[in-house]
Amino acid sequence: MDFATIIQILDSAVRLMTPLLLACLAGLYSERSGVFDIGLEGKMLMAAFTSASVAFVTGSAWLGLLAGIAGSMALSLIHGLASITFRGNQLISGVAINFLASGMTVLLGIKIFGLGGRTPALTDGGRFNEVTLPFADALRDVPILGPIYSELISGHTILVYVAFALVPLTWWVLFRTRFGLRLRAVGENPASVDTAGVSVTRLRFAAIALAGILCGLAGAYLATGLSAGFVKEMTAGRGFIALAALIFAKWRPWNALFATFLFGLLEAIANRYPNLDLGIVTVPSMFMNALPYILTVIILAGFVGRAIPPRAGGEPYVKER
Amino acid sequence: MTLMKSLMAGCALTTLASGAAMADPALIYDLGGKFDKSFNEAAYAGATRWVEETGGSYKELEMQSEAQREQALRRLAETGANPIVMTGFAFGDVLNKIAPDYPDTRFAIIDMVVDQPNVQSVVFTEEEGSYLAGVMAGMASQTDIVGFIGGMDIPLIHKFECGYAQGFKATKPEGKVLINYTGTTPAAWNDPVKGGELAKAQISQGADVVYAAAGGTGIGVLQAVADAGKLGVGVDSNQNHLHPGSMLTSMVKRVDNAVYDAFVAGTDMVPGVKVMDLAAGGVDIAVDDANKDLVTPEMQAAIDEARAGIESGAIEVHDYMTDNTCPVQ
Repeated sequence: MDFATIIQILDSAVRLMTPLLLACLAGLYSERSGVFDIGLEGKMLMAAFTSASVAFVTGSAWLGLLAGIAGSMALSLIHGLASITFRGNQLISGVAINFLASGMTVLLGIKIFGLGGRTPALTDGGRFNEVTLPFADALRDVPILGPIYSELISGHTILVYVAFALVPLTWWVLFRTRFGLRLRAVGENPASVDTAGVSVTRLRFAAIALAGILCGLAGAYLATGLSAGFVKEMTAGRGFIALAALIFAKWRPWNALFATFLFGLLEAIANRYPNLDLGIVTVPSMFMNALPYILTVIILAGFVGRAIPPRAGGEPYVKER
Repeated sequence: MTLMKSLMAGCALTTLASGAAMADPALIYDLGGKFDKSFNEAAYAGATRWVEETGGSYKELEMQSEAQREQALRRLAETGANPIVMTGFAFGDVLNKIAPDYPDTRFAIIDMVVDQPNVQSVVFTEEEGSYLAGVMAGMASQTDIVGFIGGMDIPLIHKFECGYAQGFKATKPEGKVLINYTGTTPAAWNDPVKGGELAKAQISQGADVVYAAAGGTGIGVLQAVADAGKLGVGVDSNQNHLHPGSMLTSMVKRVDNAVYDAFVAGTDMVPGVKVMDLAAGGVDIAVDDANKDLVTPEMQAAIDEARAGIESGAIEVHDYMTDNTCPVQ
């Protein structure tokens, strides 16, 4: 395995981890505020569909991105309405959102485009193109650092950089602002926040709205960044891997970055070496593909330290009993 | 209860009688959906051709989940549809179970062999069409490395892979075929993101022609290949129009012909195994306006030679599904 191969694998890992990272941060906001969100998959799928549709019709990836955020946000609000306002079961609401997105996208797709749930392929303006960072070409020949800068760091779509920038931003918001303190408090002990005169409902809605925006970015990246159009069920379980990454990351933004990078890297290695030959044993690709889930189970079993979810997670807040 | 039973029996009788009088054929699409721009859409095209030529009508159903298969088949059989054509190997087990219950109905299944006296099993020699695609890939490749990306890891898709590898090796014996499968679950048919990533991985390893036999995943593969300025090979339907100039060819399976033939034969359809091979026009490589500039005279000569060899039996393309092994790697 030479240096160029390592760069290529890391480059692939960065592309693969970006939707996971965005969805993972979405889950982070939502669950830190005490609202479990297993509808990440559905929201990404809906965002992928709306962004691809609008990007195709208008020919603008940016309008597509806005539509993706709107589509995902609509589902977020349904989740909020069901589980915050009407105090329904958050898990059931999340499952319902996944089903709704899975059915609605195909139904609307057939109705609008008549391509069996696919959207037509996007042409140049409708896709996010790869951004070449300044001096990327000039520095290409510098040993070691040149390829790292020009191939690994440069040459991704703008959404990748946004996703990475969101990690420190999320850390800052959650741990250094008043809003973040309240958000975390509402996920641990909503009654105390309420006593302090802050609206639990409003905070939780703010959190799931942020989750909606982030899932919208993730879905738009899948449909208009990585591929050129929507294909039914194209999220292919990435929302659930993001949830696994969230547990793996113990609900912390920097850990989320590492967890999703690890999952992206595992997938990239499995893609590059379908049967990984380690000399003594050959690891089959099925094992590599299953590794993220195996790692999550190991974490949950407490081998790598306990993952403690926000204490009030999953429970609707009732002001008076 | 007794009244109910006799009423139901009466209803069943009337529907059966009316069904026998009309005997509309029926077509069931598999999970990919009617407009998948590939396998199922080809079946739809065949049925449409039959409607245009005969003015007849037919019933159709799209599967939404695995659980519906038996119910859908029984419902169509009970409403008197005859013959009933279904696309996809996944119907095999269900059809094997219910075909004896409706001995007067003729069934046709595409891509699977079901040994029942009233079933016609239509199989394609995908290895032959893929062999020709492999020959073209061998002629077109500058790096002597080509790629294959399959959808779900099942023997049927290995059949495509193996034929392709044989054709490529016949042209470039020292060349290398990179092989990836998207997954082991049906989700592998609808993951264009992973398909694109696999294609990028193969291209970074030097592949300059990539063959995608992966349903909706293939859309992502062909997109990534076209973006990188390499050549893609489509599958099932003619996909050359997806990226004109970046598609070397498509390995087409004439599913439309199979459906059309079954509909034309109607209740006289002959049970047994029907092999749609290269000589019978069941499989072929697509050459049209979108890719004709890529087909050089030398390439055309190599294709013609391989085609003649396969048809005469001089070239024997190994079928992976006979022994689950491939002679070349």
